[in-house]
Amino acid sequence: MKIIVAIKQVPERDTPVRIDSGGKWIEETDLQWTMNESDAYALEEALQLKEKDGGEVVVVSAGPERVGSTIREALAKGADRAIHIECNDFAQRDALSVARLLAEAIKPESPDLVLTGLQSDDLGYGQTGVILAELLELPHVSLILHVEKTGTLLHVKRELEEGWFQNIELPLPAVLTIQSGGNKLRYATLMGIKRAKTKEVRRVTPADLGVPASAVAILEHIAQPQKQKSTQILPGPAKDAAAALVEKLKFEVRVL
Amino acid sequence: MSGVWIVLEHREGRIGRISWEALTAGQQLAAQLGLTAHSVILGAQTEALAAEVSAKAGGKLTSVEHALLATYTADGFSRALEQLFHAESPDYVVFPHTYQVRDYAPALAAKLGQVLIGDVTGFGEGPVFTRQILQGRLNGTYRHTGGGPCFLSVQSGAFRAEAVEPSTPEIASFTPTLEPAQIRTQPGAPFRESAQTVDLGSASMIVSVGRGIKEADNLPLVQDLASALGAEIAASRPICDNGWLPMERQVGSSGQTVSPKLYVAVGISGAIQHLVGMKGSQCIVAINKDPDAPIFEVADYGIVGDLFEVVPALTEAIKAAKQ
Ligand SMILES: Cc1cc2nc3c(=O)[nH]c(=O)nc-3n(C[C@H](O)[C@H](O)[C@H](O)COP(=O)(O)OP(=O)(O)OC[C@H]3O[C@@H](n4cnc5c(N)ncnc54)[C@H](O)[C@@H]3O)c2cc1C
Ligand SMILES: Nc1ncnc2c1ncn2[C@@H]1O[C@H](COP(=O)(O)O)[C@@H](O)[C@H]1O
Repeated sequence: MKIIVAIKQVPERDTPVRIDSGGKWIEETDLQWTMNESDAYALEEALQLKEKDGGEVVVVSAGPERVGSTIREALAKGADRAIHIECNDFAQRDALSVARLLAEAIKPESPDLVLTGLQSDDLGYGQTGVILAELLELPHVSLILHVEKTGTLLHVKRELEEGWFQNIELPLPAVLTIQSGGNKLRYATLMGIKRAKTKEVRRVTPADLGVPASAVAILEHIAQPQKQKSTQILPGPAKDAAAALVEKLKFEVRVL
Repeated sequence: MSGVWIVLEHREGRIGRISWEALTAGQQLAAQLGLTAHSVILGAQTEALAAEVSAKAGGKLTSVEHALLATYTADGFSRALEQLFHAESPDYVVFPHTYQVRDYAPALAAKLGQVLIGDVTGFGEGPVFTRQILQGRLNGTYRHTGGGPCFLSVQSGAFRAEAVEPSTPEIASFTPTLEPAQIRTQPGAPFRESAQTVDLGSASMIVSVGRGIKEADNLPLVQDLASALGAEIAASRPICDNGWLPMERQVGSSGQTVSPKLYVAVGISGAIQHLVGMKGSQCIVAINKDPDAPIFEVADYGIVGDLFEVVPALTEAIKAAKQ
């Protein structure tokens, strides 16, 4: 089975973010970057399917030069090769426009299965995979925790709200968006990291793919959320703050 | 026929609360823009639902009926609505931001060359729409351009269901053209995993731990705090994803919904999917090193600091107070 995994590089969760001078995006220069969380689970699912069934895992990622480190990480974990869509114009693209880039890069590969993460940790549209399916004219299911294949049929477990699930069957080829937590993530081995250096990373540009930047939904500006609730912050060193909180729990919340 | 169209979702024969919130949002948007708000329901048999909706909605209520819409599929719902909106040319289409909507609305929008502005928390003059980015750390303001309808989905809790303006709608029906072969997925019935052994819903105090704890080996720190308080232990999703605590202790949109007297969030950032599961708690305490963490937006009391210092100090102080 040929499996494509769409992987996005996103800011590391714990790094503080600052709004850039244009007010349209965050200052990227002093950020640390990582593989989007649900994409890591999508990659893991792909690698496990390949281990069971054979085939090839191809990673596709759209982004500037820096994305190369996340692509290498995916290759080190076991992906066979990668397509890097070199593009720096995300400010002028929406989810449809990014999905078009991915779709054009994926089409010539004629994959059996396309996996994406459920949602990106930065823009958080939660849409790219579903749009991708529409553009590729393939069936899709989102929020998937578990994938099994028999012949040309997929059996997937979909998460619903509040602890409910659903099993769904669909034919290959298909697109799935993967929810976190379905598998245990692997680490790259030293051997894997070494091998990754020799694996193919094909670079293409939006112009090569014939997908100019465009947006129906334009992100006009970003801002710190306005505080609506006045949280009482208990100041001081840990010991003083703890003592102050105990007072509150005793006399105001009355739970002690 | 243009206007604002609100697509309502039902489960087990009832319209869900978040759909009424979407109806409010749609009505408010229509009022701001001087448009009429219409509503839509989809299914195989929708009379009972139509009766429930007509008590609350105004404008026109369209029942989109077809045998192939008896169970939800992305193919069925997106094709049916594509045909309806092709015929009606709405200016705006508003959905509740549910897992079902996430599954088909982006494809529906793409069919019409549009993009869903998803998980919207508010709107302003323009109109412009606000949604959270970076897991709630920042807000983004979006504007829709281009000719087709503007598709929106609204976040759970962002609008008030009680604010729905009641009036009697004109009832219409729409029969889409659907073929069995167009439905490419075969959904099974919803199920729950084996019986849950912990019912966090009835706990009076909960200490909940998030990724700030860093490693499974550090969990005893929060377990000590929970036992000093006599509280149940719970967690955010990544803790359960990693297998550090069982799934049944997960609080949030895909886990349990809790409303204890006291909810202590330790090293939890406060993403919306976590907040929906706990913001009904009577008193919320947040311990987080990041003063801008969204969890402080719902907290009554906050301690900004390193949990590895604050939590042991708090455990000691509680033990001392209880003596
Ligand atoms: C469809 C969907 C469903 C989801 N369902 C759920 C759900 O049911 N429940 C759920 O919880 N999530 C759910 N999520 C995930 C959710 O979006 C967040 O990713 C998750 O809640 C983040 O968990 P966290 O706050 O523990 O981790 P992070 O977001 O990584 O936050 C860690 C926090 O710890 C703080 N911290 C770090 N170190 C320290 C320290 N030493 N001292 C003090 N503070 C520290 C950081 O400042 C940060 O705020 C869902 C997501 C999606 C897309
Ligand atoms: N620039 C990108 N490059 C590769 N994959 C992407 C990109 N943007 C989004 N994706 C994929 O689409 C998923 C959903 O993203 P989003 O719709 O932004 O929430 C991500 O988890 C990725 O798998």
